Amino acid sequence: MSFPPDSARQTSVTLEQVSLRFDRGVEALHDLNLRVGDGEFLSVVGPSGCGKSTMLRLVAGLLRPTSGSVHIGGDTKLAGRQTRRDISFVFQQPTLLPWRSVEKNVRLPLELRGRVGDEGRRRVAEVIDLVGLRDFARFYPAQLSGGMQMRVSLARALVTRPSLLILDEPFAALDDITRQRLNEELLALWGRDRFTAIFVTHNVSEAVFLSQRVVVMSARPGRVLAEVPVPFSFPRNAELRAEPDFARLTGDVSRTLRESFR
Amino acid sequence: MNPLLHRALALFLPPLVLFALVVIAWNGAVVYWELPPYLVPTPVAVLNVAKENRAALWSGALLTGKAALLGLLASLVVGILIAFVFSQSRLIQRAGYPYAIFLQTVPIVAIAPLIILWFGHGFQSIVIISFIVSLFPIITNTTTGLTTLDPNMVELFEVNNATRLQRLLKLQLPGAVPYIVAGARISSGLSVIGVIVGEFFAGFGGNKFGLGYLIYFANATLKTSYLFAAVISSTLLGLAMFALITGIGNLLTLRWRGTR
Repeated sequence: MSFPPDSARQTSVTLEQVSLRFDRGVEALHDLNLRVGDGEFLSVVGPSGCGKSTMLRLVAGLLRPTSGSVHIGGDTKLAGRQTRRDISFVFQQPTLLPWRSVEKNVRLPLELRGRVGDEGRRRVAEVIDLVGLRDFARFYPAQLSGGMQMRVSLARALVTRPSLLILDEPFAALDDITRQRLNEELLALWGRDRFTAIFVTHNVSEAVFLSQRVVVMSARPGRVLAEVPVPFSFPRNAELRAEPDFARLTGDVSRTLRESFR
Repeated sequence: MNPLLHRALALFLPPLVLFALVVIAWNGAVVYWELPPYLVPTPVAVLNVAKENRAALWSGALLTGKAALLGLLASLVVGILIAFVFSQSRLIQRAGYPYAIFLQTVPIVAIAPLIILWFGHGFQSIVIISFIVSLFPIITNTTTGLTTLDPNMVELFEVNNATRLQRLLKLQLPGAVPYIVAGARISSGLSVIGVIVGEFFAGFGGNKFGLGYLIYFANATLKTSYLFAAVISSTLLGLAMFALITGIGNLLTLRWRGTR
């Protein structure tokens, strides 16, 4: 499947010899080198506390590296306020405002950019539709299941048409069936808009299913231990999980991951 | 059985049964120990006095309730403003907090005469005393609400380049609503106590008396049945205030609980 090139919107990410030491002296990342291509879907796996989340926050400009550099979009712009316009972040928790309906939660990023006109309203309806929550637009988060809340969170991330989507273990708290379904939906959304995606997870099968490349990080201080290309073609569907090649690749990544725990 | 009736019974029957038992025990104690009416009147005597004086008790409750509502309202406005200032800077919070605690620890009975000295005998002083005792829970709860932030929410706003003002209006203030409601519930009872205390000192003059003055008057003239009736009235008033604030609070936080 091919995608129409849209060079104006696409974004690559380059981390060069990035190290980050927190004030307490803990070194979270050490000499991390990573490049994510335009429109690539990259997954990152690694032991707990290896700095995966920290790496995502560096890319989003929420943290600054102690040394090294983080470039967004070609090699020109450094991560920060400017580049954040095109970035959306999905957290492990749905992180919805409980006093806002689904509709108004999804609208929030547009409000913060001062962009809620007719077009904004249309876009809100469109993304709510995309995540299959049309009938729930006026519901409040407390009335939704965990999976539905995560769909709202996804819709909110997509409403700004980000060129870079950062996902920090977004489906970790969900049951396996819901997780698989959301994986398929996320992939369909990616196939549609072809944003660049960096997806952090503990789940190897999820990483292989979703991405074009899986990066395995070492235990703290985190650096890239291995990169495993995932050759399966798109669009992918649920049957892929049952194929022997899928099992073999998942096994390979798991083995590498186990080594990283040492 | 009708489920609504069933729920109402389940809610109200236990406290009503307890109330009946207490009244029976009270009556029994008065009869058994032959207590003189100026020490402990019988429930029937209290009820009769309450009926005879229902006009005075009703207008007293209205006056006291009005003062308590105004005091509570003022404490909400001022308390939220102070909490807002506290939430803007750690330094200001550290500087001001001991004085906020002062409001909590100051014996209001000792301060009340001073307030009356400054603001005169009358309604305004009573409202101010009620305001002072109601203020602290509002300040602490609102400050907690404004400063207790989910780190992910903060990051969400930051990733979207939100301004400080946007974060305040769209995250902190609405997020503080359940905390403000909790503070107001605590203060609803305190505001009535504040008014009663104020009326002890300032309730004289004019021809309208609050419950606090009726209690003071009944006590001074050893009209114990009347005293009982006034105390029970002020308790009921406190309950009504609590119910009112809880009801409003529940309406405001409906969405949090997912029942619209």
